[in-house]
Amino acid sequence: MSDNHHGSGHHHNHPHDNESPYSHDLSSHNARMKSDEAYMEDKVVPVEHDLDYFQVRVVGLLNLLREKGIVTTDEMRRTVEDIYAQTPTTGARVVARAWVDDEFKERLLADAHSACGEMEIDIEASSVTKLIVVENTESLHYMVVCTLCSCYPRVLLGQPPTWYKSFPYRSKAVTDPRGALLDLGYTPPEDIELVVIDSNADCRYLVIPRRPDGTDGLSEEALARLVTRDSMIGVADALTPEEYEKVAFD
Amino acid sequence: MSKFQVGEEVRIKDTYFEGHHRTTEYVKGKSGKIIRFFGSYENPEILAYGGDGKPFQDLYWVQFNLNDLWEHKPGEKKDKLNIEIYDHWIEAL
Repeated sequence: MSDNHHGSGHHHNHPHDNESPYSHDLSSHNARMKSDEAYMEDKVVPVEHDLDYFQVRVVGLLNLLREKGIVTTDEMRRTVEDIYAQTPTTGARVVARAWVDDEFKERLLADAHSACGEMEIDIEASSVTKLIVVENTESLHYMVVCTLCSCYPRVLLGQPPTWYKSFPYRSKAVTDPRGALLDLGYTPPEDIELVVIDSNADCRYLVIPRRPDGTDGLSEEALARLVTRDSMIGVADALTPEEYEKVAFD
Repeated sequence: MSKFQVGEEVRIKDTYFEGHHRTTEYVKGKSGKIIRFFGSYENPEILAYGGDGKPFQDLYWVQFNLNDLWEHKPGEKKDKLNIEIYDHWIEAL
């Protein structure tokens, strides 16, 4: 990204960039963070007019933490880098292993921490207090919501999607879960017992989706590619090989 | 030894609580079943205000029939809702 100083000519210089570089999210903000030295030389960053209330608070807090020497810009940058390095690929690896190895699956369902440890995934070192894995079957379908905030197994799935944090999903998932699934474009199999998990306290949940038909000969690696983020939240099925081909090569 | 056993029918206390707590309003006063014991954890009602979270509270997975939670009965008969509830919010039936 450029390192211009957000002067008054900024928008004129970038006719296609109608929004402030600070208006998107924290990642674009962090991409623009300066070194501590540069920050000290240029303390006043004239961007407040582009920020909403909470963004101003965040910037204010970051500045205070920096000024007081509690955290450095580099530490914050590295932390944000670590946060965005977490992706659903990790959860998909775990699911694929469970699909091909029944004994692993039993260990995963009984004690997810030690089973993930077998795959060099350290749950204890993450912010997850207790990981619980549940399995969707022909007769039972789990879906996960956090009605109180946005609890989510980030070490396995990365950052939660915006809809997961939204009020409509958080309320409808418990007051009308089948309607909430329909809103997301998903109709669960007929006659299935639906179990809504409200992730309200210390546990974080990973759903093992049903293994799609026609995947008997596939390798663990190929299976992992069929495991989408949303299927591990329980608001979708895993992709069939045909669906994957369509998504990947369209 | 945990106070409640897996399979036990219990009720969530219908207590007004001023301040941070993780027991959702929609399960207060409702009856459900203990389906799993998770272990002991720091009490978020103390933790949230800078305290040490002690004494630890036993945490249970409590399962409800979805239709027992809402007057409008939004689910199929067999639909369920699982939620984590701390020991001090649970009463025996």
